[in-house]
Amino acid sequence: MEQLYRMLEELRPEFDFREDVNYIEEGMLDSFDIISLVDEIEEKYSIKIDGLDIIPDNFETIEKISTLIVRSGGVIE
Amino acid sequence: MQNTVISYLENTVGQYPDKVAVQDKESACTFEELRKAALCISTAIFRRIQMTKQPIFVYLPKSVRSIQAFMGVLYSGNFYTPTDVNFPFEKANSIIKCLQPALILSDTKHASILESNGVDSERILNLDEISFDAENEDFVCTDIIDTDVAYILFTSGSTGVPKGVVISHRSIIDYIDWAKECFRVNEKDTIGNQAPFYFDNSTLDIYLMLSTGATLQIVPEGLFAFPAKLMEYVRTMEINTIFWVPSVFINVANMDILSRIDCSCLKKILFAGEVMPNKHLNYWRKHIKDALYANLYGPTEITVDCTYYLVDREFADDEPLPIGVPCVNSNVMLLDDEGRLIEEANVTGELCVRGTSLALGYWNNWEKTNEVFVQNPMNKAYPEKIYCTGDLAHYNEFGEIMFDGRKDFQIKHMGYRIELGEIETMVLGLEEIKEACVLYDSDNREIVLCYVGLETANKQYLRRCLMNKLPKYMIPTKYIQMEVLPKNDNGKINRKELQKCIMEKA
Repeated sequence: MEQLYRMLEELRPEFDFREDVNYIEEGMLDSFDIISLVDEIEEKYSIKIDGLDIIPDNFETIEKISTLIVRSGGVIE
Repeated sequence: MQNTVISYLENTVGQYPDKVAVQDKESACTFEELRKAALCISTAIFRRIQMTKQPIFVYLPKSVRSIQAFMGVLYSGNFYTPTDVNFPFEKANSIIKCLQPALILSDTKHASILESNGVDSERILNLDEISFDAENEDFVCTDIIDTDVAYILFTSGSTGVPKGVVISHRSIIDYIDWAKECFRVNEKDTIGNQAPFYFDNSTLDIYLMLSTGATLQIVPEGLFAFPAKLMEYVRTMEINTIFWVPSVFINVANMDILSRIDCSCLKKILFAGEVMPNKHLNYWRKHIKDALYANLYGPTEITVDCTYYLVDREFADDEPLPIGVPCVNSNVMLLDDEGRLIEEANVTGELCVRGTSLALGYWNNWEKTNEVFVQNPMNKAYPEKIYCTGDLAHYNEFGEIMFDGRKDFQIKHMGYRIELGEIETMVLGLEEIKEACVLYDSDNREIVLCYVGLETANKQYLRRCLMNKLPKYMIPTKYIQMEVLPKNDNGKINRKELQKCIMEKA
């Protein structure tokens, strides 16, 4: 989880991702960020995320992003 | 005889008054409604400024209302400059400073942003406060001729000051009449718009809609990050014509969306703005077989496009795609370093363009204008301007033009035209930075910032600072702090050496 937080913080240092908010609704992740984030997740976790899973719902919270990673075959430490 | 682009709308209203012209995620308007709204805006503009042939800045989100505003400005005999309200204000402000608009069109929400940043409310016309009552007396300026300005679009400038490309009514007509015929666009088509309105690919979308009676669907901007959602939207809205940047096509292909979502409704698939790799195009051609594919090429200074290639043969994944042949009524010349015309195959030269669609120049910038809009070196007898693009190209064995890259440090990233110098200027403006060089890693699509500076100037810090100065697409995605940047013999930063270092690291 910590690694994932760090990834998000590096992407958008101006936001606090540890707060309990909806990243998409709050505008904390936009189209550019999602594309970079997916690239980074795929590299760090050595997985391939299915394009059909790349929808806003799956990026709303840290839990949802983790679930997506696990479903795509990744291991969250 | 048609001498303004307003005639497109007038003719289409006559033929298809009740057809939907433009739709966004919140609203829609028919051609008749578009005309009426535009006339109300035109009247309100004239009442306020009592002047014509003036620049008007449109500070509105991408929407049906912004199309109405553009047309309103044109009816009033003035010309418009769109922007993105999501830009950092500093960027919008640098455009306002250069443009010196006679008026700024906005809405309540964005007018307050302007005012809180020190823009005089006297200069703002809030469209939420004007009357859209049809009883209004309509103001239509009638003394506009085709060499008058229709819009000014700002592009990245290497010194950090944006350049305003001035486009006339005639140039748009010249371009649109070609595009309409070449792609056989008619009132039955639905165009799915991706290009931001400050990016001139949108000229094709907007003016094809106006000139043919096709419907323009403004695709919600947020969808472009989610290719699955995007293509579902295309299918639901029955969009059949798209003109998008290759980055979007590449993302759809990389995520293998088309094998799961049926987008066979697409019949005309056009792209421009950066190089389209055949690997990804082949994916599209395999999944959507009976569509027309066209690779378009051109800088804003020539009104969207000056060459095109209708994809008509098979290409291997690693072959380059031609940019093709000149559009009707445009002429392309490849010139070598001495200004001689290249006619043989496989010799690279600078791509220069002649034609009615040439911009009138850069707004308030004679120096830059004279640098790139120059006398045709083949013609010594009378004044004739050509535009030198700074792009390098050659002819292949079929006589098609092939794009070879840039002469300078301009790049295309996610379809956006960016001067690396503009980013460098902003970075070097930060106190903590001593040296900086920005490079582009085209294989990984990353803007790389190499810099020397204080320890506190880490990635987080730099991103935070640059967010306030540059649009999102210009923010470096990779940060390499160095002890010193490599120099060449005359003390300049050795970009080639640096590029090599980066490639090795990657």
